[in-house]
Amino acid sequence: MISAEDFDELFDETIPSDTAKGQEVQERIIALMEKYNFTERDIFSTRLALEEGIINAIKHGNRMDQNKVVRIQWAISPEKIRVVIKDEGPGFDPCDVPDPTALENLERPCGRGIMLMKAFMDLIEYSERGTILTIEKNQGSE
Amino acid sequence: MAAGRRIDVEEVGDVTIATFVDKKILDENNIQQIGSQLFALVEEDGRKRIILDFSNVEYLSSAALGKLITMDKKVKANSGKLRLCSIRPDIYEVFAITKLNKLFDIKDAQEDALQGF
Repeated sequence: MISAEDFDELFDETIPSDTAKGQEVQERIIALMEKYNFTERDIFSTRLALEEGIINAIKHGNRMDQNKVVRIQWAISPEKIRVVIKDEGPGFDPCDVPDPTALENLERPCGRGIMLMKAFMDLIEYSERGTILTIEKNQGSE
Repeated sequence: MAAGRRIDVEEVGDVTIATFVDKKILDENNIQQIGSQLFALVEEDGRKRIILDFSNVEYLSSAALGKLITMDKKVKANSGKLRLCSIRPDIYEVFAITKLNKLFDIKDAQEDALQGF
């Protein structure tokens, strides 16, 4: 998933479909960003994106199935952090998610998480039919 | 997990001010509890004018936005009014990006929210 060459540290964790376990990984990633002196703004953005990405993988990807796991890989350098989240669900087409900001969809629950990740991160990419999400934040980017 | 109090409720005249206790409204259990406690204000207590105060909130996920949207619907269905206030800039951005700043009546401070409510 992530090639270690571009980064100083690389971590790989596989968790069950349990949001509390997802939170634990999230805290480890945030602590690592603090160690590398990422700005508060970077941390705010990444925490938000991690929450959305991990929850999507557990709830919408694995559908909370306890027999399925989520693999989270993250790598950091002083310049950037990259996180790859892989679920074992059937996948989805990100283009099929309705625009949550369209007036008729404003009250619908879906699509807002992806939209927030796009707005707050420097890179968000889905691959393998939507089962692998890659997000990236550059140090000090808006 | 025990259902702790996730909102502080205060009354100013006939207006109910519900202040979120948590800094982070992210965790699934937490969001469920917040939803139940908010909905109870309308469904059990029959409160009509409600202000949600975000001064403590530093993080908010899209799942939390979903609860707020449902809350707004419930209040309107009960012929009531809902206002949001004291939202810090990072969090306001979350509302603006998702265009929910157009759905909700958002005021800067609690005094502004009380004004003419």
